[in-house]
Amino acid sequence: MQAEVKQTDQEVKHAEHSEFVSFTVAGQAFCLKITQIREIRRWSPVTILPHAPADVLGVMNLRGAVIPIYDLSARFGLQQTEASERNVVIVVSVHGKPVGLLAESVSEIISINPDDIQDTPPVDSRNTMEYIQGIISHDDTMVRIINLDAVISAPEQVLP
Amino acid sequence: MKTKVLAIDDSRTIRNLLAATLEEAGFEYHCAVDGREGVDMYSDVDPDVVITDINMPNLDGFGVIEELRGTEINSKVPILVLTTESAPELKARARGAGATGWITKPFDDASLIFALKRVTGAAA
Amino acid sequence: MSGSIQDTFFEECEELLEATDEGLTAIEGGDHNPEVVNAIFRAVHSIKGGAGAFGLDDLVAFAHRFETVFDEVRSNRLDLDEKLIQLLLRSSDHLSALVEVARDGGQVDEAHHDTLLAALDEYIPEEEEDLSFEPMGLGGPTPVGDLGGFAAAPVVPQEETYRIRFHPLKEMYGTGNEPFFLFQALRDMGELTVTLDENELPGFDAMDVNDSYLAWDLVLVTKEPRSVVEAVFEFVEGLCELSIVGDHDAEAEANALAALDAMFSAPPADGAALPDPSPEVDSGTAAAPFEPPVPAPEPEATPASAVEKASAPKAESGKQEQRGGPKPTLRVELERVDRLINAVGELIINHSMLAQQIANLNVADLRDVETELEGFKNLARDIQEGVMAIRAQPVKPLFQRMARIVREASAATGKTCKLVNEGENTEVDKTVIERLSDPLTHILRNAVDHGIEKPEDREAAGKPATGEIRLSASHRSGSVCIEIKDDGAGVNRPRVKQIAIEKGLIPENAELTDSEIDNLLFMPGFSTAKEISNLSGRGVGMDVVKNAVTGLGGRINISSAPGKGSTFTIILPLTLAVMDGMVVSVADQTMVVPITSIVETMRGSDDMINNLGADGTLLSIRGNFVPICDVAGALGLYRESEQQAGVYLLVETETGQRCALAVDDIHDQRQVVIKSLDGVCGEIPGVAAATILGDGKIAMILDPESIIAASPTAAAFDTERRLSNAS
Repeated sequence: MQAEVKQTDQEVKHAEHSEFVSFTVAGQAFCLKITQIREIRRWSPVTILPHAPADVLGVMNLRGAVIPIYDLSARFGLQQTEASERNVVIVVSVHGKPVGLLAESVSEIISINPDDIQDTPPVDSRNTMEYIQGIISHDDTMVRIINLDAVISAPEQVLP
Repeated sequence: MKTKVLAIDDSRTIRNLLAATLEEAGFEYHCAVDGREGVDMYSDVDPDVVITDINMPNLDGFGVIEELRGTEINSKVPILVLTTESAPELKARARGAGATGWITKPFDDASLIFALKRVTGAAA
Repeated sequence: MSGSIQDTFFEECEELLEATDEGLTAIEGGDHNPEVVNAIFRAVHSIKGGAGAFGLDDLVAFAHRFETVFDEVRSNRLDLDEKLIQLLLRSSDHLSALVEVARDGGQVDEAHHDTLLAALDEYIPEEEEDLSFEPMGLGGPTPVGDLGGFAAAPVVPQEETYRIRFHPLKEMYGTGNEPFFLFQALRDMGELTVTLDENELPGFDAMDVNDSYLAWDLVLVTKEPRSVVEAVFEFVEGLCELSIVGDHDAEAEANALAALDAMFSAPPADGAALPDPSPEVDSGTAAAPFEPPVPAPEPEATPASAVEKASAPKAESGKQEQRGGPKPTLRVELERVDRLINAVGELIINHSMLAQQIANLNVADLRDVETELEGFKNLARDIQEGVMAIRAQPVKPLFQRMARIVREASAATGKTCKLVNEGENTEVDKTVIERLSDPLTHILRNAVDHGIEKPEDREAAGKPATGEIRLSASHRSGSVCIEIKDDGAGVNRPRVKQIAIEKGLIPENAELTDSEIDNLLFMPGFSTAKEISNLSGRGVGMDVVKNAVTGLGGRINISSAPGKGSTFTIILPLTLAVMDGMVVSVADQTMVVPITSIVETMRGSDDMINNLGADGTLLSIRGNFVPICDVAGALGLYRESEQQAGVYLLVETETGQRCALAVDDIHDQRQVVIKSLDGVCGEIPGVAAATILGDGKIAMILDPESIIAASPTAAAFDTERRLSNAS
């Protein structure tokens, strides 16, 4: 809301604000564009995929479709999440296929002015650099914008 | 009221082409997949004009013309034959059997509509 | 719009090409029935007609040549001898190739194209050839083609006044042509005045209702060129006395008539008089504004009685049609069927969920509910079978394509062989048919290349010079059986074994049964560059064929007799969407094992288990030792609970290798809906697909073969078995 007020005050320099959903993964704040998200579900135990890498938790039944669930934390090279009922699965669509992403919890919907997005400062983690599209300051915290295409590569490349 | 066309052709492609052109031009389109079905459908559809292919299974185009002209009721319905050949003897034979006119395949929209106009008066 | 019609055209081409192939095969088999020839003629003619609509000139030209030859055959002017039949077969193949090029792009083999055209031309008599077909001949010199662009004609149109004298002959009324409509067409072009000339009307008593006494004088002021005006009368040319005179073209009149003459070269049915060149516009007659002409002389029945009269014979002929003609069919988008199949799959899952929920209710008397549930289940199965039947298609088109493969392969190898198809009407799931094409192609090429001997060798062996490959399909107890049987030399076992040893696939001293040697063909890495000829090789071996078949949930076997030939047998499930499975638990996960691979199940006791080496274990079943493969271990899963694998599923692989799959528990046997994991994750060793169980959870469907292949114990034991066979 605040961001919108700011915009009306200023000259409209750029395209409209975009809505993002922010959530926490391993204690850090991340966000995804709201249009990338299909739905958000409470966590329920998944079916393990044999021989799957650590960041692939398994598969779950989404209204008759089998969709893979990724542990975002493990994907980002942070510690593995001990999934519980308090956690959420964010269902996104990647390459036209639904994919579930495990996050600790969903925080809020924030409106972001594209001009406010800053480039990711170089840090010593290639993983992070790849997966983060940019960062933004929101309520004095840093929110990381996830580059979905980098996180979930083409499905056939997920497993070795 | 829309002008009703009964198209008889065993080629799905040609039927679809006719349907596309005729429906767009505002005709009411009915079709049959061979001569026999065409003659059978005739009284149900009661078309204003019949377009028929010549080479067809079950009953060919000449058969269609003969059967339709053979009954007093149908004898005056305009019948256009579809022919690939510009061969004059086919046209002569079709007309001898009672065809009203002909449409040479491949046809363009304008010539198809023009042919229909000349036999039905439809200003579509 | 035209895109989708073009799709229709290519779809239809497939069918027409099949019909052509089918007809030619019948002719090759000696069936020279005129209807067969007619059907081919029609099919090729339809391809030409459609191709013309899309401007596919190469295709039109070739189809025309092909069709013309068939017309000669049809008119008994040509004999169907062996040479011609072969040419027609090759032409049909080429026609398919041209369709493919038109559809998918690519290059036509120009030399081949020209050779065939020349060969076909030899069968076409001179005068027919002279009538060379114009691909875009929009009615030849008719001016109709101009119509589309007459608004943008390059020459500034000049207004012209045409005086038209139109006197229909009585024959015109028999053709359904109405003067009124012709006038209407003229009126659309400009300003028209019509004057009815009744001067010829005889007295009432002398009138013959079948004769034509009326004539019209028309004055048309229009910017349309003369050709367009003339085109209006195209259909009645020869059925009327007609003259068209433009005020400005009196001099050109003679030329115009000459053009008209050429345009309507069809002689009038009864030799009616040529158009009268002298204009007979009676300027004294008062020009009336446009009015409909008097009604046609013949009385017309009312529409009501028309329906009545015509519908009676129609009902009868309709009945005949049903008895003799093909069954009516409905074309449905595949996607709709697949949606239905998915929905029915959900329904079945839903049923098991419901059953499970009800069982969990702890209600004392559930008999009534269970009866209804059973009814629900049966209905769901019925619907499922019905829906599956929609996807089922006869293997005929697939088999017919294979005839071409055999022809090409024979030509490339200098062998002569024919393909005999059996059980073409056997219906198989569409996907199975699609995915069978490559394996069948490969097996057939292989059969021609390696199986069938050269004609001289065959004759020397006392066989007919022409080899025979029999391709058959049949239903066999819930499965589909496809058999490819050749009467060639059979598997060259010493050679196969030698190659396998050279490639390190088997130990040098291995003593294998005949069947085991034959099955070596399916081993990955068996095909070698040395073995690969240009034809059947193409860099893939029979292992690819086997993978394709197992990918469909099927099995493939080979049997061979030296000097007599080989038979490949492919057994496939009827449907790819459901299967019967054994529900088991493995390391706290519920999984499903296909029933088809299970020989028997048993609970093991300690005394049945024997250690072999460090960590290999064997299960003793009635005195036989079978290697144990722990499924949890093979899948990399670890048990959290104390539960130990104590239940064994005895499974048998294609090569006859047996193995006991150790699982934690067996629950029940049920039909499960197969959910592909394609696109969800990569290939998982040991897992074939997934399914959704009654509780909504996903369960993996296991692939016993790949679990065993990955098991060191089973592999070691298998080698040992082969070695022990050797000693």
